[in-house]
Amino acid sequence: MTSSEAPQEKEARSTLAGGTVGKVLRYQHLWLTSVIVTSLVAITPLLIMAAFDYSHNRAAGRVESQLTINRLLGTTKRSLEDAIRERREVLSLLLIERSHSELTQKAALSRTLAHLQDTFGGFVDLGLIDSGGKQIAYAGPFDLKGKNYKDQDWFHATRLKGVYVSDVFKGFRNFPHFVIALQKKKGADDFFILRATLDMELINRRIYDLNLDRDTDAFIINQDGVLQTDSALYGAALTRIDIRVPSRSRSTDVVDERLQDGSWLTSGFAYIEDAPYIFVVVKRQRNPLWVWLGHRSTMFWFLGASIIVILAVGFFSSTWIVKRLGKADAERARELHDLEYTNKLATIGRMAATVAHEINNPLAIIEENAGLLKDMATFSAGHPQKEKTLKLVELIHKSVARCSDVTHRLLGFAKRMDIQREPIALDKLLEEVASFQKTEALHRNIKIDFALPDSLPPVIGDRGKLQQVFLNIISNALSAVDDGGRIQIEVAQLDATHASVMVTDNGSGIGQKDLKHIFEPFYSTKGEFGTGLGLSITRDIVTKLGGTIEVQSEVGSGTSFIVTLPIQGKV
Amino acid sequence: MDNSLRMLVIDDEEDLVTALVERLGYRGIEAEYALDGRTAREKLETNSYDIVILDLKLPGESGAELRDSIARKYPELPILMITGHGAHPESPGSPPLPGGTVLEKPVNLDVLIEKAREMAKKR
Repeated sequence: MTSSEAPQEKEARSTLAGGTVGKVLRYQHLWLTSVIVTSLVAITPLLIMAAFDYSHNRAAGRVESQLTINRLLGTTKRSLEDAIRERREVLSLLLIERSHSELTQKAALSRTLAHLQDTFGGFVDLGLIDSGGKQIAYAGPFDLKGKNYKDQDWFHATRLKGVYVSDVFKGFRNFPHFVIALQKKKGADDFFILRATLDMELINRRIYDLNLDRDTDAFIINQDGVLQTDSALYGAALTRIDIRVPSRSRSTDVVDERLQDGSWLTSGFAYIEDAPYIFVVVKRQRNPLWVWLGHRSTMFWFLGASIIVILAVGFFSSTWIVKRLGKADAERARELHDLEYTNKLATIGRMAATVAHEINNPLAIIEENAGLLKDMATFSAGHPQKEKTLKLVELIHKSVARCSDVTHRLLGFAKRMDIQREPIALDKLLEEVASFQKTEALHRNIKIDFALPDSLPPVIGDRGKLQQVFLNIISNALSAVDDGGRIQIEVAQLDATHASVMVTDNGSGIGQKDLKHIFEPFYSTKGEFGTGLGLSITRDIVTKLGGTIEVQSEVGSGTSFIVTLPIQGKV
Repeated sequence: MDNSLRMLVIDDEEDLVTALVERLGYRGIEAEYALDGRTAREKLETNSYDIVILDLKLPGESGAELRDSIARKYPELPILMITGHGAHPESPGSPPLPGGTVLEKPVNLDVLIEKAREMAKKR
C-alpha cells in the first residue's frame, strides 16, 4: 500500500502545480477569445453598414453637388436651342412659302426682314445667294448685293449639308454675330441659299437673364475652345481659352477640378444641338462635396464612439463572465479537494490500524514473556540476581506500555477516520432523518409515509454516514415534489442478508438522459443550487457499507431510490 | 483443593501462549494450551477442564465458531473470550457476546485469573 501511495501523491502534486499555471493561461485565453468574439459580433455588422452608408452617401453627395449646375445647363441649353431653332425654322418657312422672285425683290426682302426683326428679334440682315456664290438680293444695313461668297467655307458647308449655323465672328460688320444659312434646290444642279445674319445679343441676353452669382460664370465656346460670348473668367469673345472641351454628347457633362489655392472649380458643359456651340458654366466653390464631408465626419465620429462602447462592453462583460467562471471552478476544485482529503484520511486511518495491529501482537508476546521472567524471579527461590531481573523486567514493561500507548492512539485515530460498522435499527434511523425534514414538509404540506415491517434485524452500517445517505435522498425527494406532494419510505427485508429502503416521490421525475449520469460526480440538475456531489457521495458511502443504490424514474410520475444494506449476520 | 483450576487456553500465538501457561502455573493453575481448534477439540476430548480461555482471532476457524461448537458440545463448560485491541476496522464487526464473558487485550493476568475463577465457581 505504501509503495503505491508515494508515486500517486507525487503525481497529484505535479498536476496541482501544472494545473495552476495552466488554469491562469486557460482563463486568459478564454477571456481574450470572449472579448474578441463579442466585439467582432457587434462591430462587423456595424462596419458593413458604415461602408454601405459611406459609398451610398458619397454618391448621393456628388449628385447633389452637381445638381444645380446640371439644372442650369439643361434649361439654358434648351432656351438657346429654342432660340436658334425658331429662327432657323422661320427661315426654312420663308424658303417654302416665298417664290424665288419674291425673295429676289429687294423691297419684299426688306419687308420680310422688318417682320422678322419685329416678331423674332436678333435678325441683322437677309441675303439670297445663287449657286455661283453671288449675292443676288440683300436686305440690311450694309450694301452687300453682288458680293461673291463662293470661296467661303460656310457656302460650301451649306451646299453640302443644306443647313448651316456658323461660329461667331466679327467680319467686316465688326460686331460679334453669327450666320444661319439654308439651301433650296431649284433643279438638278441649281440652288440658292437664304442667309441671315444674327446678332449675338440674342444669345448674350439669355445668359445675362440667368442672373448668376459672382462665383459663377456662364459663356459659350465652340469646339476649338474659342469664346463665342464674353466670359467674366476668361475674357472677351473670340479669344481662344485653355479649357478641356469634352467630346460631343447630348447630355450634360460636369467635372470638378481642384485649384492650387485649395478651392474647387466645377465646370459644366452642354452641347447646343444643330449649332457649333458649347454652353459652359464654371462655378468656383469650396469642396463641392462639403455637405457629404460633414456627413462623413459625423459618421466617422459615430462609428468610432460605437466601436469604443462595444469594446468596453465586450471587455467588461467578458471579465465578469470569466471571473464568475473562475470562481465556480475554484469552488468545484475545493469541493473535490475536500472529497479527496476525506478519502486520504480514510486511507491513512486504515494504514494506522494495520500498523497498530501488526505491532500489538509482538508487543503482547514481549509483555507476556517479560511477565514470565518476573514470575520466575519472584516465585523461584534463590533466583540469581533477582533484584536486577525485576528492575529490567520493569523497564521492559514500561517500554511496552509506551508502545502500547502509541498503538492505542493510532487505533483511536483510525476509528474516528473510518466508516464504523455497527448494528443500526433502520426504522428508527429513518424516522429520525425524516424528522429533520419535518418543518419543510409541514410547511409545504408534503406527506411523508412510512411502510415498515413488523420486525427487521438491524443493518450494519455507520450511523452518521447512513444519516447522510438518507438525508440526501429524502431532501432530493422533497425538492422533486410539488407542494402537497407525497413521499413514501418503504423498508423491507430482501433476503437473509439484505434489507432495502425505497424512497419514492410523486414529483416531476428524471429524464432518461439525466438518469444515466445521476450518480456521477458534479452532475447536477439543480443548476446553480446543486454541487452535483450529493448522490455521488451517497453512492460511495452505500458501496463502502457493502450495499447498493439504484434509481427508477418516470417523467411526470415520480422517482424511486432503492438502497440495499447488509443485515447483521447471526452470531 | 479450593484454589485448583484446570484451564485450556486457545490462542494461535505460540510465543505468547506458552509464557501465559507457565505464568498461570506459577499461580497454581493447571493450564494447557492449544494453537488451533482441532488441537483444542482433541484436548477437550481427552482432558477435563474447569474453563476455556479463547482468543477470538484464530487462523482458519473463527473464534466465535469454535466457541459455538464447544458450547454446544460442553454446555456446562464456561468460556472466557479474549479479543484483540478493539475491533479490527477491516473485519466486519466484532459484535459483543452475551454474558459479558469477553476480555480485551492486553489482559492483565490477575484480572484474567479472577474472572476465570468467578466463572468456574458459578458452574
